[in-house]
Amino acid sequence: MFYREAGDFKTSYRDDGQTFPIALDRWGYYAIVAVAALVVPFVINDYWASAILLPFLIYAIASIGLNILVGYAGQVSLGTGGFMAVGAYSVYKLMTAFPEISIIAHILLAGGMTALVGMAFGLPSLRIKGFYLAVATLAAQFFLVWLFNKVPWFYNNSASGQINAPERTVLGWAVTGPAATPAAKYLVCLAFVVFAAWIARNLTRGMFGRKWMAIRDMDIAAEIIGVNPLTAKLSAFGVSSFFVGIAGALLFAVYLGAAEVTEAFGINKSFLVLFMVIIGGLGSIFGSFAGAAFLVVLPVFLKNLLVGTFGWPTDLAAHFELMIVGALIIFFLIVEPHGLARLWRLVKEKLRLWPFPH
Amino acid sequence: MKLKFASLVAGAVMAAAPAMADLIVPNLSYRTGPYGANGTQYADGFNDYFTLLNERDGGIGGEKIQVPECETAYNTEKGVECYEATKEGALVFNPLSTGITYQLIPKVSVDKKVLYTPGYGRTSAKDGAVFEWVFNAPANYWDGASVAIKYLLDQNGGDLNGKKVALVYHNSAYGKEPIRTLQELGKKHGFTLTEIPVEAPGQEQKSQWLQIRRDKPDYVLMWGWGVMNQVAIQEAANIRFPMENFIGIWWAGSELDVLPAGDGANGYKSLTFNGVGMDYPLYDDLKTHVIDPGKASQGGEHVGSAVYSRGMYAAVVIAEAIRKAQELSGTSAISPEQLRDGFEQLDITPERLVEIGLPDFGPEIKLSCANHGGSGMARLQQWDAAAKKWNLITEFTEPDAEVLAPLIAEDAAAYTAENNITPRACD
Repeated sequence: MFYREAGDFKTSYRDDGQTFPIALDRWGYYAIVAVAALVVPFVINDYWASAILLPFLIYAIASIGLNILVGYAGQVSLGTGGFMAVGAYSVYKLMTAFPEISIIAHILLAGGMTALVGMAFGLPSLRIKGFYLAVATLAAQFFLVWLFNKVPWFYNNSASGQINAPERTVLGWAVTGPAATPAAKYLVCLAFVVFAAWIARNLTRGMFGRKWMAIRDMDIAAEIIGVNPLTAKLSAFGVSSFFVGIAGALLFAVYLGAAEVTEAFGINKSFLVLFMVIIGGLGSIFGSFAGAAFLVVLPVFLKNLLVGTFGWPTDLAAHFELMIVGALIIFFLIVEPHGLARLWRLVKEKLRLWPFPH
Repeated sequence: MKLKFASLVAGAVMAAAPAMADLIVPNLSYRTGPYGANGTQYADGFNDYFTLLNERDGGIGGEKIQVPECETAYNTEKGVECYEATKEGALVFNPLSTGITYQLIPKVSVDKKVLYTPGYGRTSAKDGAVFEWVFNAPANYWDGASVAIKYLLDQNGGDLNGKKVALVYHNSAYGKEPIRTLQELGKKHGFTLTEIPVEAPGQEQKSQWLQIRRDKPDYVLMWGWGVMNQVAIQEAANIRFPMENFIGIWWAGSELDVLPAGDGANGYKSLTFNGVGMDYPLYDDLKTHVIDPGKASQGGEHVGSAVYSRGMYAAVVIAEAIRKAQELSGTSAISPEQLRDGFEQLDITPERLVEIGLPDFGPEIKLSCANHGGSGMARLQQWDAAAKKWNLITEFTEPDAEVLAPLIAEDAAAYTAENNITPRACD
């Protein structure tokens, strides 16, 4: 009923293999992108940008990145915070050293730098698996944070070790620094999200994605059918870190404007992004968005509901917020261990059959 | 579903915005998270003073003060959310976090809000020509470092040559602040400085104190916050480091920090720029108008503690600046611009403190366009474990401006260069 598929015929392989095979989904997707790009920038204000949409978009990029590694290639990583820090400090060094070059180029270069670092720390994955790999990436997390805190060159010798994003423009619009308008910041992040999701979606259904999934499902079998574990695993680390680095660069330069490595990119960040991936759904691009929305938007919503609407004391609300989010995480993992993406898929199946499920 | 959610969020946001008529002083507090124990006391003191003004005097100049609270958990991302959520109509922000302060410094100059960071934040904000919207009177970290060293000079007959001073610091923006100053002071006075970082939040300090036991420094200075202080004082007691040679910054000088170590903490010293205890006439009013009617923040369980007093002191200074701004502008409903002017003309004399009911509670504060940090005076307090109270042991001491002024100029210049801004002309 909701999905009217009658008359929606596929006449070519290309049509059949598209990302949104159902016409209604496709139009829905176009509509969301159109609203996000053409309507939201005109109605957005500082609060919506800084409190809700920017963190949502940026964490969506990070969880797409981590999803490639954990969800598609099956390599557990706890180094996300450290890799985001690489992105943030790369973009800081680049934007202060080469102010005349576009910030967009710097963010992409920061992603590339993070990809290199990620591949270097991905090397142990060739020998170790599972929990042991998680511990190895944990070492990356602590090492990178320590490095950025220890070596003054990374924070341009500032007295406090803080890094501050100076103002940089795209097409004459400030996107970093205090004068950036919410719409400009939002559009830059949106562009990177669309870019990341598009690349990730197409990589994961192509040859690379199949190799990653083969490695994830059974690495020995994958090797026997001709998948080179070296290139498959390292490419997964590289691509994943590229997106995570972009997220870190945006988090620092566009969203926060100032950052301190221990506080902004600590182990908590690694767990946060990992939880987004697990709750959203391993091996699903939609799941990355759903997970990011769940862990970024829900706490803000709860805070506004409890403090703003019900007038609770802030500390009580903060404690309840933790409890509610925690309870919901447990609830979702029990009801649907495959994450919100799977839940969405089930809903969609039901909607396609409704009102005649038999 | 999406629409419904969005409208719910929007509704909640709308409901959070306070009425526009009053003077709004948001309290970006943290009552949860690793530093919640200290943050709670500070926020209570801050709230209670404004409640007192509202209850006793009907606000300031006839305008009620609203103090909407927002929980940051000492987390910069939540701090940004709180700032955006409360900035509508707000006059001044006091986030009690160096990390959040660094984030807000550029933002407040665009949004034109006052940022008041007493005893924390960016030290070079003292330079009012560069940091037009930021005030950090009465004292900043470099002042604190200098006053501590001056005290040590006093103790040693003016000579620290060959002495060893260790700095135990929270390895973050906050803890790193005094290092440059202490290095410079070390050069000037001939002591060697050992820097000993402690990773946040600071529960694990065994190796740091082993190093201190091995190096045997003459004095230990500490830049700590929250649980780090308690652990450090306990560890110092464990290695039997002489407590009277252990000096903490003002954020390492609350009852919470010393009580867990029991008698071992006896003699521990810390800097402070505000008085402690309940022996001030203001507390009679506070009791009549706020505590007894049950209007105290969190029931008033922390009234009179060191951190509570500091939160109250921040509120006192803000209230005085509001009063000054009303006087200057001739209107009671002031704007943030007028409040900035009020801060720049602020002059809290000892007589004024007596009038408020807090004699000798804080140093004299006199600000100007160029000087946003005041004199930087601080004093020392010492913990008496038997009586469970802090005793003030020195008068307010001025820091060594000869060392600090060039450092502040240098850091402010770095900020102007990095952010491409031109300092204002201050006559």
